[in-house]
Amino acid sequence: VIYRARVILGKPRDDINTDYVVASRRKRDSLDPLVLRQYLFEEIAPEFAASVEPGDVIVAGRNFGCGSAMEVAVTAVLGAGIHAVLARSFSRTYYRNAVNNGLRPVNCDTARIREGDRLRIEEGVMNETTCERIAAQPLPEVMHRIIEAGGLVAYFRRYGGFGGA
Amino acid sequence: MALDYFQAMGGTRVHDPSRIVLALDHYAPAPTRQTALLHERMRDFAARYGILLWEVGEGIGHQLIVETGRALPGGLAVGADSHAVTYGALNTFATGIGSSDLAAIFVSGEIWLRVPESIRVTLTGELPRGVYAKDAALALAKELGADGANYQSLEFAGEGIGCLELEDRLAIANLAIEMGAKNGIFPADEKTFAYLGTARGEPAEADGDAHYNREIRIALDRLTPMVALPHQPDRGIAVGETLRVPVRMVYLGTCTGGRVRDYHQALAVLKAAGGVAPGVQLVVTPASRVVLEALARDGTLAQLIAMGAVIQTPGCGSCCGTCGAIPGDGVNVISTANRNFKGRMGNGEASIYLASPASCAAAAARGEIADPREFLA
Repeated sequence: VIYRARVILGKPRDDINTDYVVASRRKRDSLDPLVLRQYLFEEIAPEFAASVEPGDVIVAGRNFGCGSAMEVAVTAVLGAGIHAVLARSFSRTYYRNAVNNGLRPVNCDTARIREGDRLRIEEGVMNETTCERIAAQPLPEVMHRIIEAGGLVAYFRRYGGFGGA
Repeated sequence: MALDYFQAMGGTRVHDPSRIVLALDHYAPAPTRQTALLHERMRDFAARYGILLWEVGEGIGHQLIVETGRALPGGLAVGADSHAVTYGALNTFATGIGSSDLAAIFVSGEIWLRVPESIRVTLTGELPRGVYAKDAALALAKELGADGANYQSLEFAGEGIGCLELEDRLAIANLAIEMGAKNGIFPADEKTFAYLGTARGEPAEADGDAHYNREIRIALDRLTPMVALPHQPDRGIAVGETLRVPVRMVYLGTCTGGRVRDYHQALAVLKAAGGVAPGVQLVVTPASRVVLEALARDGTLAQLIAMGAVIQTPGCGSCCGTCGAIPGDGVNVISTANRNFKGRMGNGEASIYLASPASCAAAAARGEIADPREFLA
């Protein structure tokens, strides 16, 4: 699968917090990912939500998803048909929430990824546009198992708890 | 929300209801029909499984956990809110999780956690007059940056801790997450046990040969009042370095700065300065009903009301724009909260500055950001 890079704000930005992914105030009216997707990054990149297409992946700098632990910042991204976020680093709560919902957090050097680049995501990232191979930090074993199962709900349905695998 | 994940996981029973509490704090009172329906679902769930639920108006869950003695030294607590780190003030290893992890705990009573590396923060000296725990926390955030403690634990140490009241420690631990920390933990001492009464827990302390990723020293006696500039908590500068920033809304509340001591510190400045400047809206949201009642009993509340304060329902209030007063376009807000992200209080056209209750009060009195020490003789 080839994904399209969506670099929030043109170049990989640090410290994009979960309120910037989806503003807390939007939760007053709905928690539905298909509703919340229309507000993705509205405070910092208001043109993003209208242009997002299934198969896009988000590209950011360090500390993506800092701030609130609210899980809608993951489910709204999934609701837009986005399957992965590539960042130099993630906040721990976003990293966990992403894995638990089957959104793939890819911890890698994003500095040279440009808007619209064509990316293949396997063990690492292959930038088909620039022909650059980018190494990615592997997920810890427990997270790997959860994401392989399709997220924490699927994992629990299969194993009945954390002990099963 | 967690109840959806619980259902999706096929949850039919809650592992140990006695170790779970639910708090209706983020939308208190419910500002929309949708949030009212969420509250109804939570009430039904709590009643069905025998879980304690804190109603609208009782306060912020974090404050209630602390007030009711549920966070104990050496304990492990997780909350489906990033500011669960607050309980580190009581020597509890506490961290924030998402709704899916919470649902997994409902089902199984378990969570997986990685043991984080540690950063030691040594506090020395005593806070000078007009300088408060919030200033120390903002100074630390400035030093570490928004991800300086990512996936690490902040361990507070040093003789400076002895001078900090428990409420001071709560404010500092609360801001640990703004540096990315998994937890910010204080040692347990006489003040911890005095606060807890008969409950003691099993205090945890660092091993003598513990390894630290990084060591930071903060000389409390050398700090000055700080303000975090929009739109990140780690953008702190000395209040004295701000250049005439006019302020139209002043917010006193949240799990950082909505406790009795915070209001006393703010009121002292407001009284010394002669009240609130014209054109400034002072919004007061006590962290809990217990706080509100204490302020009513000791006369603080009446004095704040007489100065024109708007009093909101105890809870999360305006902090994250989920309910309560919202600032207008172009308005500068100064707040005792922990986050000043763009749009955080419900309007991306407003700018939020973070400071101590006393500095917020000084700004309320002057109509622009000001140094509280000017008013404290």
